Amino acid sequence: MKLKKNIATSESGFIFNPATGDSFSGNAMASSILLAMKNGEAEVTIKQNILQKYEVSPEQLDRDWDDWIVQLKEANLLETGSYDGK
Amino acid sequence: MTANKYTNLCIGVTGLNANDNPGPGVAVIRALKEGLGAGVKIIGLSYESLEPGIYMHYLVDKTYQVPYPTAGTENLIERIRHIHEKEGLDMIIPNFDAELYNFIKIAPQLKKMGIHTLLPSIDQLLMRDKVNLAAFGRQNNFHVPGDYKLSTEADLKAAAGELSFPLVIKGKFYGATVAYTLNAALNAFHQLGAAWGYPVIAQQYIKGTEINIAALGDGKGNNISIVPMRKLYITDKGKAWAGVTIEDPALIKLANSFAKATHWNGPYEMEIMRDGEDHLFILEINPRFPAWIYLAAAAGQNQPVSLVKMAMGEDIIPFNEYEAGKLFIRHSWDDVVDISEFQQFSALGEL
Repeated sequence: MKLKKNIATSESGFIFNPATGDSFSGNAMASSILLAMKNGEAEVTIKQNILQKYEVSPEQLDRDWDDWIVQLKEANLLETGSYDGK
Repeated sequence: MTANKYTNLCIGVTGLNANDNPGPGVAVIRALKEGLGAGVKIIGLSYESLEPGIYMHYLVDKTYQVPYPTAGTENLIERIRHIHEKEGLDMIIPNFDAELYNFIKIAPQLKKMGIHTLLPSIDQLLMRDKVNLAAFGRQNNFHVPGDYKLSTEADLKAAAGELSFPLVIKGKFYGATVAYTLNAALNAFHQLGAAWGYPVIAQQYIKGTEINIAALGDGKGNNISIVPMRKLYITDKGKAWAGVTIEDPALIKLANSFAKATHWNGPYEMEIMRDGEDHLFILEINPRFPAWIYLAAAAGQNQPVSLVKMAMGEDIIPFNEYEAGKLFIRHSWDDVVDISEFQQFSALGEL
């Protein structure tokens, strides 16, 4: 339900899954969202921060968020199911 | 705290062929030098005069040519006796599958000479042989790809009917080809049979992620060390040219199950394929250190040093952690030596 706890991320957007050896390159946005997820921030909090910081509608953000979660699932970076940080 | 009894050891090491199908010797020596200090004396044991390790004088103090395994145990023991008289060997670490049978056979004689080894038994060696691997898997509830022993073309057709294409056609001792058609499988069957003898093995093809595990068994059903590595770059010979240590309890459990089932004594490598359903298929068990063993040392578990200590009779506390995310990237490098060195080794069998 959460980002796997041992996923390593860097400020440059590099993501490493030590369980599988998979690595990914993300942009600065991906890096900051992953950091927030690793810190256990709730989905709603992360979205609020993005809405405050960027010019994006809530509807567009929801669609992008769903797409993001699908990508994380496909990359095997989530514990199980969807992200539901507290 | 490396005790003095280890710092001046004289250790014979085979597998100096650090080429595109690398033997583990150079990596083993590197780990030994790092763990035991520069004082340890390394005696290379080489079969051919162009094994690169012979000329790596910063790692190998002296190298002696040894007879091919087909020459038999008498020739091997005589050659080692000669080397021992000149160098005073404390230990030998064999690193080739094909030489292990002879070294296991002469281990009691070596011990009488004061030369220590840490080797599996003949029974352990045979049970993981490619020819016996599927039966071993069935007996011990491991996932092992289905296989078929091939002695004739008719066997290959039967194997294709049973296992379906693609098939992995494997030589008895070495070599593997993925064949997608009967013609390709027939070619591989004839080539590998001519090179390595029969039976050739047809193995079910498993699609997935290639993972290797380097481990060191204590001979009592436990592992002293386990380090899994995901292959990141694979050569056309199927060798890992880059890889990264990974952390997955399922892999540790698998290696522990293997040690428990076999009471394996000494180093071994498990070649694993993780399929889409997360099944861990054992493709091969290599009865020695892998060529990438220095990565295990760099990740915190120096298996060659542990082997030395175990062979010398020390009780070793099993490792319980290593660093995941350590990457190795193999590379080629041209060492330049005078022709006289090659000439000396070729003519005299010593350098």
